[in-house]
This record gives sequence, structure tokens and C-alpha cells, in this order.
Amino acid sequence: MSAALRVENLNKSFHEPEDFQVLFDISFTVNKGEFVPVIGKSGCGKSTLLYLLSTLDTDYQGKIFINDQLLTGESQNNLARFRNENIGFVFQFHFLLPEFTVLENVMLPALKLGKLSRKEIEEQAIDKLRQLQMDTFAHKLSSRLSGGQQQRVAIARALINNPTIIMADEPTGNLDSVNTGLVFDIFRELSHQKGITILTVTHDLDFAKNADRVIEMVDGRIKI
Amino acid sequence: MVDTLIAKRHLMANKKQTLVAMLGVTFGIAMFILMISFMIGVNQFMEDTMLSSTPDIHIYNDIKTDYTVSIAGDYFKDKNLLVSVRHPKPKQVNLNIKNASGIINDLQHDPEITRVSPFLSTQVFYNYGPVQINGYINGVNIIDESKIFDLRSKMIVGQPEDLLNADKGIIMGRGLASKLNLSAGDMVTLTTPAGTSMSFRVVGIFAIGIGTIDDTRSYINLANVQQLMGKDRSYITDINIKLTNNKLAPSKAGELYKKYNYKSDDWQTANSSVMASNIVRDVLTYVVSITLLTVAGFGIYNIMNMTIQNKMKDIAILKAQGFSGHDIVRIFLSQSLFIGFFGALMGEVLGFLLSYALSRVPFPHNDFISLKYFPVIFNPAHYFFGLVFGVITPFIAGLMPSIKASRIDPVVILRG
Repeated sequence: MSAALRVENLNKSFHEPEDFQVLFDISFTVNKGEFVPVIGKSGCGKSTLLYLLSTLDTDYQGKIFINDQLLTGESQNNLARFRNENIGFVFQFHFLLPEFTVLENVMLPALKLGKLSRKEIEEQAIDKLRQLQMDTFAHKLSSRLSGGQQQRVAIARALINNPTIIMADEPTGNLDSVNTGLVFDIFRELSHQKGITILTVTHDLDFAKNADRVIEMVDGRIKI
Repeated sequence: MVDTLIAKRHLMANKKQTLVAMLGVTFGIAMFILMISFMIGVNQFMEDTMLSSTPDIHIYNDIKTDYTVSIAGDYFKDKNLLVSVRHPKPKQVNLNIKNASGIINDLQHDPEITRVSPFLSTQVFYNYGPVQINGYINGVNIIDESKIFDLRSKMIVGQPEDLLNADKGIIMGRGLASKLNLSAGDMVTLTTPAGTSMSFRVVGIFAIGIGTIDDTRSYINLANVQQLMGKDRSYITDINIKLTNNKLAPSKAGELYKKYNYKSDDWQTANSSVMASNIVRDVLTYVVSITLLTVAGFGIYNIMNMTIQNKMKDIAILKAQGFSGHDIVRIFLSQSLFIGFFGALMGEVLGFLLSYALSRVPFPHNDFISLKYFPVIFNPAHYFFGLVFGVITPFIAGLMPSIKASRIDPVVILRG
């Protein structure tokens, strides 16, 4: 199996309000199609790690490879382009754009990528929504949906450009147990059947228990 | 393309706010259009009035009182004496232009000059019964003179040509005629400062619209004035000149002065106070317009800042999904430009309507100014500039907030 994500000697410090090191020499590899929750206590640095891996935060020492491509030191514009094409995001809060319909929210990243025609993108978006059983809501304004529904739309949006990796930050943090179970099933299905790598930061130990492999963090280090 | 889609949604999602921002630009541009149309209209009116009484270039013999030379010097020549003359008096001078026909012929062959009107001007008393009024007469070739000043359109009674048909006719200013209680066909006696007098029959009355001229000036055939003054046929004191392009007048006047050594006044110098007030009006127009547009610009700046404050999360998620800083700038700047462009378009329409309305407002009746309505000019260039300003202002106002938006760090927002 080839590596979807490889990290070498990652160190990260915050300088405000005072110098404080959060991550110490983190190295690990995630294979393609793996479903890997990152767990740990509050403040252990797991969210910080996720944002480094997502390329949104570029202030660190060490090296990050995604799809064997070194991303450390790339320009912001190149990273934006890379994220658009290769990484899907799911956050604790859904962050859907309220002025747009469900369908349009899902379509936006693909429209940005601009590889397909509008019509093809629309078909794909409907397809992704159908996978998540949200296709009946396609033409509703996203702000009209419930929390669980919005999170499913957010997952559909993360999938629209067929990314190799999905990064999720507490995706179930705001959901009840039914919806949590649903999101978990979706993630497992995506990783096992579609071969999409899923890296998710979570508090939810039940959620982690059934995963392929768990990365546990303690005080800025990976516990093995 | 996606960027414009997002921008459009943002604008449509908050229609009221968009409209308010647009109205700021609309009023700014409308006022700019109204003010500049009116002010330039006034300037144009002043210029037209000026040109109906001032030729493009006026050549005349300025009185030079030269006291440095005295015949006493000639008398005591070579005597090694210092001659001092107290209270010298100027010698008798003729105010006419020497070699007038040569100069006129020369001027008529100048390609930049379209018309030349030589005339003889003198002070006279108008006598009508016991009434005596001080004034001027211009002895002219009425055809040339009326071509320069478009006298035909200024005639209230009669036509300029009537002067040629009548034996000793006179065309009078309106104010002068009414003071003397004269109408066409009446006789009036003119007396020169030298004491000679002659009677003329009123054949026409004109009104230029400037009180000081209508109250004092009359036109008589050149030959009659030469006769009245006891001068010969070549005696001429002034030459009026019309140019192909009156903007060239100042330089041309200087050129003519050098060539003929007679005082040459261009119309701008002769009316420098009017030109100065034109400049003041121009400056005023731009100051007020720029102020209004600046206020509109601040309005847009505020609204863009507010929008961006409200859209922090959206910006963060867009950046996470692969929208670059440039995309974010484009999204917000295009909103600002949209507000500016359509606000300015609406402003042009409003400005046109207001200008049109003003141009239909009757001007308060006035004996000295021949103006029926407020003077307003409709110039496409003003509308073009309005549109340019209307787009530049929001561009500047929107640029800073947009750049600020593009610099938002998504990590800070997304982590909460």
C-alpha cells in the first residue's frame, strides 16, 4: 500500500502570548484508504496537528507529504490549488454558505476547480448528495436544514472533487448519537469502498473504537 | 466565474444594504452631473455673452503719453545743458491706426482669421429735444460687424442691413433708445466732443444683453462717422477680428501685437474677471463632486467592512476549500465595483433628469440679462467622467476591505 500522508519530524510552537511548543517530533504515515481517528485530551495538540496537515497552517518545522508530494514550503496559491483538488474538509460546525442552496454549496469547490462543465458538476453533486441521502434537499437553502443534515451536506461537499484524503475536525462534536453513528458509517464506507483516506480528530471514543487504527496523542507527542 | 457567482449572491442576499450603498454613489454622481451641467452651462452663457460684445481679438491704438521727449531738448540741442520741463502736456495725438488698409488687407489673408471688421469709435452726446446723454458710436461696415457679433439675432427692431439702405441711419442699443424715448423712424442728433453735430434716423434697435453696452452704444456707417468727425476715408481707430478657433486668441493677439505694434487684446484678457469666475465655478463643481463621491466612498468602505466581518466564516471555509487570496479579493472587490457601476448608472439617469428639469425652469426676468431658462449644458463627456468616477471611487473604497478579507487566517476562524 502506498502512503497517502507522510509526516517527518513535525515541530510546532506558538509564539503568542508566549513561546510554547505544542508538537514534538511527530512522524507517522497513513496509507491510502485508511480510516484513522486522532484522539487525545483537550490541548494535546491534535487539532493543531490536523491544521498543519491540512496545509492551512504553514508555520512549522518538519516535512509533510501528501500523495508523496512535498507540500512544505509551497506558496499559498499553490497550496490553495492543492487543497481544492486533493483534500476534503469536514468541520465541527458545518460552515455551509447560507446564501446558497444545498446543491450549490456542494458544487462550489468543483466550480472553483473548473475541470468539468457546470452540468457535469451538477450531476456529480446530485450523485454525492444521493450517497448521503440528501438529494431530496438539493434545492433548499442550506440554512433551512437541521444540524445532522447540514453535516451530511458538508461531507458531500468534501467529496465533490474526489479528494484522496478527507480531514475532519470533530465532525460529530455537535451531533446526537444517531447522527454520529451515521457519519461514522459514511466515513467507514468511504474509506473501505472508495479508497479515500480519512483522518479525523475526535473526542468520541466510541467513534474511534471501531476504526482501522487510532493515533493517540499525549502532550504533543504520538503515543504508541 | 465562481467568484462572481458568490459576489452576486452576497449582493442579492442583502438587497437593502446593497441598495443603500448604491444610492450613495447615485446621489454623488447625480449631483456631479447636475452641478457640472449647470456650471458649465453658466460658463458657456457667460462666454457667449462675452463674445457677443467682445471680439476674439481687438486691435486699437492705445494712448501713449510719452513725457520723456520734449521739444525743449531739440531747441537747446548740443548746448551741454540739463533741460528740466515741469508739468509737460502731451502733444496732440491721432488715435487712428496708421496704414489701416494695409493691415486689414494683411489680416484678411491670414488663414486663422475668418473675419475682419475695422471701425471708428468715438464718444458722442445724443441729443433728443432737451435730453442729452453721453455715449459711444461705432462707425462700422455693418455687414462685417454683424457677422462677428451675430447682430442679426440681437435686433429687436429692424435688420443690420437697414443701415446700408438708409441715408444717415443709426442702429441703437435698447437701453439708450428707451432713455431717449426713440423708436424706429425718429431723428436723433449726435454731437462730438469737438463740437460738430449731425442728425441720424433710427433704423434699428438691438439688445446684446449687457446693460453697459445696450445703454451707451450705437452703430453708424463708417463713412458717416468719418464725416461727422471731419476725418478722411482711411481714418480708423479699431479693428475687430474673429478667429477660426477662439481658444487661440491669446497667442494670436501677442503675435499681432509684435507684427503691427498696436495694442491687441484677446477676449480672455479683456474679460479676465469673467474668466476668473468661470475658473471659480469649475473648481467649486469639482470640490463639491469629489466631496460627495468621497462620502459615498466611505459608505461603501463601511458596508464592505461590515459584509466582510459577517462573512469571516465563509471566507475561512472558502480558503480551506481551495479559494486563493486573489479569489477572495475578486469576490469582494467585484461587489464593490458592481455597487459603483450600477449606482453610477442610476446617478447618470437621475443627474440627467435633474439637469433637464433645471433647464426648463424659467430664469427670473431681468432687463440686463437675456436669459429665458437656467443655462444647462448636456455634454456626453460629463456623463462619461461621471461613470469613470463612479467606478474608481468604489474600487478604491473596496480595495482595502477586500485585501483585508484575503489576509484572514482560516485556521483562527475554523478552530473557533
